[in-house]
Amino acid sequence: MKQALLVLTGTYTTYLLVYTTSLGHLPTPFDYLSLLNTCLPLIFVAIGQSLVVLTGGIDLSVGGIMSLGIAIIAARGGTATAALTVLIICTACGVLNGLLVARGRIAPILTTLATLSIFSGLALRTLPVPGGSIDPGLRAVLTHPDVPTGLIWLGAAVGGWLVLRRTRFGMRIYAVGSDEAAARATGIPVVRVKVGVYGLCGLCCGIAAVLYVSATTSGDPNAGMPFILTSIAAVVVGGIAFTGGRGSALGAMAGAVALTLVTDVLFFAGIDPLYQSLFQGLFLVVAVLLGSGAVLAGNRRRAAA
Amino acid sequence: MLMVSGVSKSFGGVKALRDASFAARPGEIHALAGENGAGKSTLIKVLCGVLRPDSGTVQTTGELATAFQELSLAPDLTVAENLFLHDPPRGRLGLVRRSVLAPRADELLRRFGVDYVDSRAVTADLSVAHRQIVELVRALATEPEILVLDEPTAALQESQVAWLAGHMRRLREQGCCVVFTSHRWREIEDLADRVTVFRNGSHVTTREKLGEAEAVTLMSGRSIDRTYPRLPPVPAGADRTLTVSGLRAGALREVSFDLHRGEVLGVGGLAGQGQADLFLALFGARRAAGGTIQLAGRPLRVRRPRDAIRAGIGIAYVPEDRKSEGLLLPMSVRDNLALGILDRLSSAGLVRRSAERAAVRSMVTQLGIVASRPMTQPVGTLSGGNQQKVLMGRWLLTDAEVLLLYDVTRGVDAATKHDFYQLIAQLAERGKAILLYSSETEEIAHLCHRVLVLREGRIAAELAGPVGDAEQIVAASMRERR
Repeated sequence: MKQALLVLTGTYTTYLLVYTTSLGHLPTPFDYLSLLNTCLPLIFVAIGQSLVVLTGGIDLSVGGIMSLGIAIIAARGGTATAALTVLIICTACGVLNGLLVARGRIAPILTTLATLSIFSGLALRTLPVPGGSIDPGLRAVLTHPDVPTGLIWLGAAVGGWLVLRRTRFGMRIYAVGSDEAAARATGIPVVRVKVGVYGLCGLCCGIAAVLYVSATTSGDPNAGMPFILTSIAAVVVGGIAFTGGRGSALGAMAGAVALTLVTDVLFFAGIDPLYQSLFQGLFLVVAVLLGSGAVLAGNRRRAAA
Repeated sequence: MLMVSGVSKSFGGVKALRDASFAARPGEIHALAGENGAGKSTLIKVLCGVLRPDSGTVQTTGELATAFQELSLAPDLTVAENLFLHDPPRGRLGLVRRSVLAPRADELLRRFGVDYVDSRAVTADLSVAHRQIVELVRALATEPEILVLDEPTAALQESQVAWLAGHMRRLREQGCCVVFTSHRWREIEDLADRVTVFRNGSHVTTREKLGEAEAVTLMSGRSIDRTYPRLPPVPAGADRTLTVSGLRAGALREVSFDLHRGEVLGVGGLAGQGQADLFLALFGARRAAGGTIQLAGRPLRVRRPRDAIRAGIGIAYVPEDRKSEGLLLPMSVRDNLALGILDRLSSAGLVRRSAERAAVRSMVTQLGIVASRPMTQPVGTLSGGNQQKVLMGRWLLTDAEVLLLYDVTRGVDAATKHDFYQLIAQLAERGKAILLYSSETEEIAHLCHRVLVLREGRIAAELAGPVGDAEQIVAASMRERR
């Protein structure tokens, strides 16, 4: 959490610097709004990924679930009913992951690698070529280009996490992640917690899909794919332990914003798009070094007790 | 020579060592004594450089070897690989010569009289005692000038302790400086030339002669009533709570017994006669192969711990290696206590913080859990005795009617043991039904209304308690055995 804020502050300062030197003025409210609308899908996927990683798992299928969601809503003209259908289907996809992992006892990385293929296949079947549309009324509510409606969804994301943290379910997530055998011996329904977590992750991907189509006004059945790596990167930057049980989704949210800012920084710095991937990788290494430094210090502190 | 001067070390806000000083000479065996949390383990980690002290200095002359209490062997490597991890036999290209690895290890083990350990075995498959012996051989084989052993005997049997003692004495004669810790006072008296007592992270005294009674006083800072509490009698005609018939699981062949309200029923016998399987099967952590369990007259199927907990059975289980005890070590004392009663503490899925805090406070006070910040402090940072109290507190909060206490006093200091004895008597008085196992037969002899002696997975004898004399239980577990 701490290093996520550190990384975010650093990235934001760089963003301000690069922006003002290249354009001669500070970012306008419009810039912030478009930044927010661009960030939102990744923020939600990062929350979903955080929940899974907190239980000691990983979800590679977020890209597939999101692509499927994008394909469905775009193919159905982007109505509110379509959006609702997407949320339900995406949650179901997540629950399927959870059942395979918890009941079928298949390693999360294998399960979600397989379902990634299945879900993205379904996405291509639903919307074979990029296209489709979003209902303008829905768009005005979700990601209005001039009115900061996006703030509502950001607030919902942060608030939702803070509430979840205080629930029985939230506590159980941490218990399962820190020691599954001990959690079972405490009477925690481990299977239910895992299914719930993957289901919530699916729901988050659904929300992200709806927001993504709303922000880009059209659908692409492959659009979810980059979110696999970026959501994992956000979790890493956010300082969530991959062994489970430690960290906060707030960190991953900060990580998601930082990762989006990096793309803008590269754009305003006039860096050849060919080098974008290279610089994003460098950024990740630096952020992870910061994070692992903090983790190492924490380990040293714990080892002695 | 080994000299520690003015060393301090804190973890978070907890001071593990305060200005600790200590010195050991060549050619002596030096014991470090102290309760859990006195700072012995931290001092040892500072000695061998695993931890860097916040202040103070450590001076050593010569090679130093250490054997840790938390075994430092890689579990998935073979014994031979572990023995030669730091300096494996290599060929011309610098590649490890696997063909000579095991023969060399065999030779080394034989040299130390440990031919009963297979050097090709995967370390994780060994018993805790054998793993500890491999760890000791690895340290001894370096022929160090300073040898530091943290609780080397905790997992060992008598004959193995004698083996280790022989090597410690041999090294002393060679002018080596041997430092060790132990919870068993007899070993300290037998072996140590000098004893240093630690309390609360500080050096209390270093002496050549120290009696047990005085040592306990020095370690705890108060004099301790070493007697066992009087057990309240089981009320006449008390209800049967737990009825077990024909239970089979793991090494447990066939066991039947009744447990009444307000009764403490001991499970004795030599180590490994199915005691652990009995406890785990009753709690649903091990699948039973047959037999029935009745709780308050109703048949009960326990397929997982959740079933047992719902029915009102709690277990405080401290396994042999003490690494996991059902506690979530990175989580706070509060979370660990509250996890068992989340249903009761929450309304509409939200945990009520005030109710949670009240429950946690009541347990911290009732059990005397020593934690500086119980609401946030991770359980893993508490001393062993306090961790066990937290585990116990969790089940007391659930109002479990049947308590399965498996070796709860294992590796716990004298003062905490005494607290546990009092607690067990109080719980029996409040009508709890308690099944008790302890690796210290003495405790079973004094704390139980009745004792079942297990042998080869069956009940070999039933003794009326309090037996008072541990010898009787031992005799009963050996009888008819040729």
